[in-house]
Amino acid sequence: MDIFIQQVVSGLATGGIYASLALALVMIYQATDVVSFCQGEMAMFSTYICWTMLNAGVSYWWAFLGTLAISFVGGIVIQRVIIRPVQHAPILTIVIVTLGLLVIFNSVAGWIWTYVQKPFPSPFPSKPFKAGNVVFGAHDLGAITVTLVVLLCIYVFFQFTPLGLAMRAAAHNPVSSRLVGIRVGWMLALGWGLAAVFGAVAGMMVAPNLTLEPNLMGGVQIYAFAAATLGGFTSPGGAVLGGFIVGVVENLVGTYVSFIGTELKFTVALAMIIVVLLVRPSGLFGTTIVKRV
Amino acid sequence: MGGRAARIVGLLALIGVACSLPFILTNFRLFQFTQVYIYAIAILGLNMLTGYNGQFSLGHGAFYAIGAYISAIMMDQWGVPYGWTIPVAGVLCLVVGFLFGLPALRLEGLYLALATFSLALAVPQILKYFEHWTGGSQGLVLSKPNAPFGLKLNPDQWLYYLTLGVLILLFWLGANLLRGRVGRAIVAIRDHHIAAEAMGVNSALYKSLIFGVSAAYTGVAGALSASVIAYVAPDSFNVFLSITLLIGAVIGGMASISGAIFGALFIQFVPNWAQDISKAAPWAIFGVFLIVFMYVMPFGIAGALRLLWIRWHRSRVALSAEPRDTAATQAPRTT
Repeated sequence: MDIFIQQVVSGLATGGIYASLALALVMIYQATDVVSFCQGEMAMFSTYICWTMLNAGVSYWWAFLGTLAISFVGGIVIQRVIIRPVQHAPILTIVIVTLGLLVIFNSVAGWIWTYVQKPFPSPFPSKPFKAGNVVFGAHDLGAITVTLVVLLCIYVFFQFTPLGLAMRAAAHNPVSSRLVGIRVGWMLALGWGLAAVFGAVAGMMVAPNLTLEPNLMGGVQIYAFAAATLGGFTSPGGAVLGGFIVGVVENLVGTYVSFIGTELKFTVALAMIIVVLLVRPSGLFGTTIVKRV
Repeated sequence: MGGRAARIVGLLALIGVACSLPFILTNFRLFQFTQVYIYAIAILGLNMLTGYNGQFSLGHGAFYAIGAYISAIMMDQWGVPYGWTIPVAGVLCLVVGFLFGLPALRLEGLYLALATFSLALAVPQILKYFEHWTGGSQGLVLSKPNAPFGLKLNPDQWLYYLTLGVLILLFWLGANLLRGRVGRAIVAIRDHHIAAEAMGVNSALYKSLIFGVSAAYTGVAGALSASVIAYVAPDSFNVFLSITLLIGAVIGGMASISGAIFGALFIQFVPNWAQDISKAAPWAIFGVFLIVFMYVMPFGIAGALRLLWIRWHRSRVALSAEPRDTAATQAPRTT
């Protein structure tokens, strides 16, 4: 039972990371009807920026905030410069452009920082935290807290600020929003900026567990896809819940199903994605999109 | 039809040049051209699915890997001659692709992209898992076959001719398939599946069928690569292989048969000179090309060439003071 609780908690910790990245995917999907394949690599790049700042002697939380700011601006710039010209192109075109960004980020990171694995520090004490017989990693608990704080901020932002309302309106009905004076193009760019911020949080929280390298986010991204698919690409809350579910399932399956272990982790995610898409393509909380033809 | 005759003469000349390459180039260059043909087969397979039928696959590296491993395991474990492994790989990939195509029917656009992308990410792990068959992360080391019938060719030259032969056969079959009834049906499904169904096209059957054929082409390419490289290892079939194939299809030209060759030349030779800049440079350059092509040449090299040809043709027609052919000004959808 102790092992079970322990695994659930560490599953929640990784789940929070998946939830952040899944939320990034959902934000972009809602705003622009595109699944962004470069989100994981953008997150990896942000993590490297944080690493560079830490190496330059900046204290952790300042580096953390600085990375979020840089990622935010970077996300906006990418949307304005690269994505906007193909915004109304066929889906295949946009998918290919995001794949192009994926390989660019991956290789530029390898170019600048080499492919050598780098240890990435955790801001939380390394001493594990004990409750009875159950041992929790401090980083796990910290990662859960950070994720929840970020999610709370974003919830408040979208529900209670005029800008958040404008962004929701722009995603929901671009034409009417433009008529009431919302600058829809900029709202979409803000969406990309926020998505980059979530990605950065995910990257900085996962890096201490995995060590930093250019292929850091490959595995996280496939789980984030699974999370977003499970929760539904049209539901931010669903994607977050999906992230936690996927994280816990991943850990429990890895612990209790002996033939899977850690070697087939990606395959579990693949199976989850395919099963969800076949059984309920809109996800648990998504709405089915009805198209008029 | 003068155009048709000129075309056939041009094709025969190209094949003639291709046949003479082994006596001009060094073995290493020859090996590179063999790779180009292998990529071209795989890209044509991907193009059938994504370009002609409009189903995204970001995971065609998986079928390439399956083909390569079927061939390698048959050679390594059962001592089957390499020549037999290639058609077997093709048929098995046809079946696997058809079966994967069935659930894919329910997945439209982005969701299919997502599922296939995840497949591409998962492939190396799956290959490593079945260690008993696949040799785990060590991979399988094979030997290059010698030329049969006492031909005076070294293994590289023989493999070059073998690959060229398979390429010509598959391109001929593919061209006939795509220009005939089946081709029209799958293009119709891409452009408007409801209208196609109303015309009596069995959309589900054709979609999963073309998935199978596409996988078979890519599987044959994989099987050839196992013999040519004489080595298979899980990490060479990672997600970047799938992206490479997609890059080849996009740069060469979507929904174009000749585009597969241009795309294969691009993905084989551009990384070579980019590598001189940095180990990471090829991918950065790939990425930049990919994005720039989407902006300026969405139909790839083949589409751009065709457009140039049409413009040139039109200016000649305009010179002879005939009415303009407005149909020719439209961007080419299929070649």
